[in-house]
Amino acid sequence: MSERTLTARFKLSRPEFGLDVDLVLPGQGVTALFGHSGSGKTTLLRCIAGLERAEGVLQLGDAVWQDERTFVPVHKRPLAYVFQEASLFDHLSVRQNLQYGQKRVAQQERKVSLEQAIELLGIGHLLERMPARLSGGEKQRVSIARALAVSPQLLLMDEPLSALDFARKQEILPYLERLHDELDIPLIYVSHAPDEVARLADHLVAMEDGRVTAQGPIQDVLAQLDSPIRLGDDAGVVLDATVAERDSQWHLARADFPGGQVWVRDGGQVIGQRVRLRILARDVSVTLEPQTGSSIINAIPARIVELVADNHPALALVRLQAGSIPILARLTKRSAAALHLHPGQAVWAQVKAVALVG
Amino acid sequence: MSDADWSAVYLTLKLATLTTVLLLLLGTPIAWWLARTRSRLKGVVGAVVAMPLVLPPSVIGFYLLVLMGPNGPVGQLTQSLGLGVLPFTFTGLVVASLLYSLPFVVQPVQNAFEAIGERPLEVAATLRASTLDAFFSVILPLAKPGYLTAAVLGFAHTVGEFGVVLMIGGNIPGATRVVSVQIYDHVEALEYAEAHWLSAGMLVFSFLVLLSMNTLTNRRKTA
Repeated sequence: MSERTLTARFKLSRPEFGLDVDLVLPGQGVTALFGHSGSGKTTLLRCIAGLERAEGVLQLGDAVWQDERTFVPVHKRPLAYVFQEASLFDHLSVRQNLQYGQKRVAQQERKVSLEQAIELLGIGHLLERMPARLSGGEKQRVSIARALAVSPQLLLMDEPLSALDFARKQEILPYLERLHDELDIPLIYVSHAPDEVARLADHLVAMEDGRVTAQGPIQDVLAQLDSPIRLGDDAGVVLDATVAERDSQWHLARADFPGGQVWVRDGGQVIGQRVRLRILARDVSVTLEPQTGSSIINAIPARIVELVADNHPALALVRLQAGSIPILARLTKRSAAALHLHPGQAVWAQVKAVALVG
Repeated sequence: MSDADWSAVYLTLKLATLTTVLLLLLGTPIAWWLARTRSRLKGVVGAVVAMPLVLPPSVIGFYLLVLMGPNGPVGQLTQSLGLGVLPFTFTGLVVASLLYSLPFVVQPVQNAFEAIGERPLEVAATLRASTLDAFFSVILPLAKPGYLTAAVLGFAHTVGEFGVVLMIGGNIPGATRVVSVQIYDHVEALEYAEAHWLSAGMLVFSFLVLLSMNTLTNRRKTA
């Protein structure tokens, strides 16, 4: 909807750490700041919030939050911040925590109602409890709802799930997806967890040593061959698709994307639902003709864009284009030579495994 | 107990209450600064605040007498303001008590502020609260146990002072003669029965104060 971009330029040099970034981020969807701990992603987020002071420029749409002359204090910036630990106010009930920020926002600027925030995070039954009597997952849901209730124009989250165990993470991720789908608030999400990024991000900013190493729409960044950004231990792509058909006999669902379709295990999604798929390079092989007599059910017509050497001398990474969707495949160099693979060639991508990540 | 005894009790309570209230007000900014500053002066200021813990009360009393006396700088100032000199007045006693009990109020409050840390202030700022707003809406409520301890200790310590009072206040009925001095007078005059009444009262008072504080801390821990 909005064309408001976020411009962030920061320079910070400390004896033990430096930050040097120059970014223009989309004013919508989820932007993931991804990197190892110590890469500067949290510092960058704190600079955007104004919790940390670095030299630079920060602008959301037309509003200047920081430049050589200006530094808008944190409490006057129309943003919200979710910290790594839930950081609820222990002396206030859940309801009072939710109201704390909201009642400090002018009436006409309240776009997200308390009821909406409560409903989105599913915390209606917790309102009268004190924070000490909530589980870790519940606390973090309350703190996300508290952030939403100030109707922010920019939502910042600093590894909101990292303090939680696997089960609690799975409890919260669906709520984060709902935010993404139902609210038009740009979210900047700091994480070092590949699964969260693959699942949530539209835009990816990869950081290392206080610098940005790659950035762009997540599909493009993950499909780059020159400076591969790997989510986890393997290269691979993510793509957005729509559930188009469900096969109840074999418990499969067909997900369509511009340029092809794949069958995945049926996860109970309804027809028409948007899903995010992840395909790892090691699960993709290439054939020159459609195969019969194969156990692999997903074969996608594609075109070869580029071949490069992989990190082992025996292997090559191949970038394919299926419609508008890039797919990576890892092959042995011997296979690539035997099939005379070259850019521009039409092939079939045989996909052994597709993960439905969200 | 005689009227003089009751007068001493009343004066003691008045002095302790006034001192505690003033110390909570004055001690808060000092404690805040000490808890949050990165200044190199922190050590120096902290040491000055803590000095009454180790100094003999007579030393504090002596220097206050010199400072506030007719020829001391503070004495000159109060005289030029038309306030007269402070030694041997109730006001002088309040000033002395403020110094004497300062660490007992500042330190618990400072500890409370330090335990709360930066995070609640940062959270409040991202929820549109200015620092002042956050201080009253978040920090103060969270620091309540610290304030309670500070108030109890400050009050009790002021009630128990003797040396400073003797140096700076003397022994003027209704103005500076507090319970501890009154007990001393009774003993000097060999009025042991009277001395017992007041002393036993102080004993019970002190015990109740410490008991109530322990109970409060325990209840907080189990809550």
